[in-house]
Amino acid sequence: MSEASPAKAYALHLGVITLLFVLSFLLPDYYHGLLARIMVLAVFAMGYNMLFGYVGLLSLGHAMFFAAGLYGAGLAVIQLGWSVPAAFAAGLGCGVVVSLVIGLLALRTTGVAFMIVTMMFAQVFYLLILYFATWTGGDQGMVVPQPARVLSLGATSLELTNPTVRYMTALGLFSIVLLVTLAIVRSRYGRVLVAIRENEERTKMLGYDTFSNKLAAVVISGIICAASGAAYALLFGYVGSSFASVQYSILPLLWVLLGGAATTLGPLIGTLFMYYVIDITSGYTSAYLLIVGIALILLVLFFPKGILGSIRQRWLGWLP
Amino acid sequence: MADKNGFFDLSKTALTRRTALKGLAAGAGLGLAPGFVRYSQAQSSAPIKIGFQSHRTGIGAAYGRWYEKTTAAAVKAINAAGGINGRQVEVIIEDDGTDPGRGAEVVGKFATQHKTDIVFGTLFSHVVIGSAPAAGENKMPYFVVSEGHHVASTKLNRYVFQPGITDVKSQIQSMAPWIAANAGKKVTQIFPDFAFGYDHRDYLPPALKAQGGEVIAQIAIPPTESSFTKYFPQIPAETEVIYHVMVGPAVLTFVKELGEFYGSNRPQLFGFIDSLEATDINSPGLEFLDGSHFWEGSPRYAQADDSEAQKAYRTAVGIDDNGAAVGDPKDVSTAAHMFGCWETLYVVKKAMEDAGYKGPEDRAKLVEATEALTAFAEGPEHPQGPKTFNGKIHQCFGIQNISKVEGGKLKVVHKTKIEDGLYEAKGDYTTQAL
Repeated sequence: MSEASPAKAYALHLGVITLLFVLSFLLPDYYHGLLARIMVLAVFAMGYNMLFGYVGLLSLGHAMFFAAGLYGAGLAVIQLGWSVPAAFAAGLGCGVVVSLVIGLLALRTTGVAFMIVTMMFAQVFYLLILYFATWTGGDQGMVVPQPARVLSLGATSLELTNPTVRYMTALGLFSIVLLVTLAIVRSRYGRVLVAIRENEERTKMLGYDTFSNKLAAVVISGIICAASGAAYALLFGYVGSSFASVQYSILPLLWVLLGGAATTLGPLIGTLFMYYVIDITSGYTSAYLLIVGIALILLVLFFPKGILGSIRQRWLGWLP
Repeated sequence: MADKNGFFDLSKTALTRRTALKGLAAGAGLGLAPGFVRYSQAQSSAPIKIGFQSHRTGIGAAYGRWYEKTTAAAVKAINAAGGINGRQVEVIIEDDGTDPGRGAEVVGKFATQHKTDIVFGTLFSHVVIGSAPAAGENKMPYFVVSEGHHVASTKLNRYVFQPGITDVKSQIQSMAPWIAANAGKKVTQIFPDFAFGYDHRDYLPPALKAQGGEVIAQIAIPPTESSFTKYFPQIPAETEVIYHVMVGPAVLTFVKELGEFYGSNRPQLFGFIDSLEATDINSPGLEFLDGSHFWEGSPRYAQADDSEAQKAYRTAVGIDDNGAAVGDPKDVSTAAHMFGCWETLYVVKKAMEDAGYKGPEDRAKLVEATEALTAFAEGPEHPQGPKTFNGKIHQCFGIQNISKVEGGKLKVVHKTKIEDGLYEAKGDYTTQAL
């Protein structure tokens, strides 16, 4: 794979961000709202991609990082009455703590054992949410009150329930995470992560502390997923345990596989694809998950590296 | 069915996003277009669109299917009688997968793509709670048939109503006098260790205490449990009544193992039929339930004293005397809950008529008109029984049925009064801005 010049790579990503910005003025209301949600969840997928795509660690427990941000921010507003920025910071803080602890423990394993350990921790996290139902709302979840979802910037107040504010906030978060991700994967540190993915023993022999690098990747991944969760709570007003269930650990894996693992834009493409296949097919049949399954099988058969991964392999080798 | 608009449907864009252009274009267009009068007439006779948020897939699918059948029957009856405000009613269905995240998207889809007049029909509590913010943000009247206490708790928002089915707090409170007087005063509760179980855990003890009874043990069973025998030794020997509300596929195992544990010498059993909705009461393993009692919102089996309204309702929905689909005895209905769809639609009809509802611009009037309702008389529109409605907490209150399993059927042995289920309201939705 050839590498794009920095200008070319950043131009592509800024172009995508500009396109998403322009779409805000063109899309019909429903798709406008849906795309805001997709951008927030694409951030979740980008966090997952950081670990799975670039380090090669397949986690089945990333729902706990998303939920750490979701509950960190949601509970800060609901139970403590914190402002939106403080609650978002609380969500990020929870993401740091959870990912650091889980990383320290789970990184003692690799391969299938890592998958199982992360899934077990996520299940513990999920059951803890149910156990402390008095504070978390249990399986029913909780509503983040509409009046509390206001972002105060000096004299200006932005209501996160306003579709335009919500879209632009989601786009802002998405853009920051996308550019940070691009910067990381193009950095020296990003190359070390890829080296670990390709051959961890050889990377060790070259003198790199692979455990520390992997731990840092888990924490970065956890923070990004927590940012997505915190934004979801504050933008869409619901905090619920279903977001901590195993389903939400598998979804980002599917989104990344679909879009293309180890591609910076793949998570967005995968999330978009999955959302629209479900949205459109569910209008025709209640067996829409069957169609989704067939679409996934076809993709695996004909685009085994995902949509952008296959495009990179066949046509655009410089794609980051 | 769902609108099949494409991704880049620019036809709607200018009207929705560019506010300034919208004002100019719409004003000029309406004023100058020769078809303006014709357009207005077409609007007034266009059908009222009801967005039905259905649990077609996921854990709520069995309920969703019967909620759809009941809704279709009610809409057919309403349309046959002239519709609402002279307009026919059209139901647009979207599947929420019994998932709160998708539920919120579906409410948004109804509001911004289908542009329905209201959204209706959600059952599962977590989906209601997850969807409520979207309803409030879109100022979309959202009529749920959930029986959860979340609406009456006033923790949702002014656009969420539950006028067609009572909430679980009221149901539990109504059961306490009968349990204490007829089944026994020392009660052990067995419930699933999640929110549905917690409602029973929290609301029964005070209600029973007020009747001179006592909950002597509470046994919470984790939702992942598949065998229950190890929990039964925790049931105190002096227990007179076992109050059980297990739900899901495990209920058959639960009942079978309880039967094996006690044999023929068991305490009285009282349960909520939620455990066995859409399940044949004569399924193998449920023999142990013979002689036990259940709460039912509306009776599954036809009763000797059924009103003409109840008979007509059952015929319209298509359930036989055993509560199964006509022509398919194995397709058992969710009779205890699904009547709520029928009754809710008639509440919507009444509120729309009171508000002189013409279209989405009158949604605020519809909210206020619904809040102004106070009572629904028993009859064809409310076959389950009479109800009162508290507009401040958006919740109705009604009678409940206690049925005994006898000869493989459920026979109603007691009907509660509306007053039995009343409780002091906390909060007031009407103080929230529209």
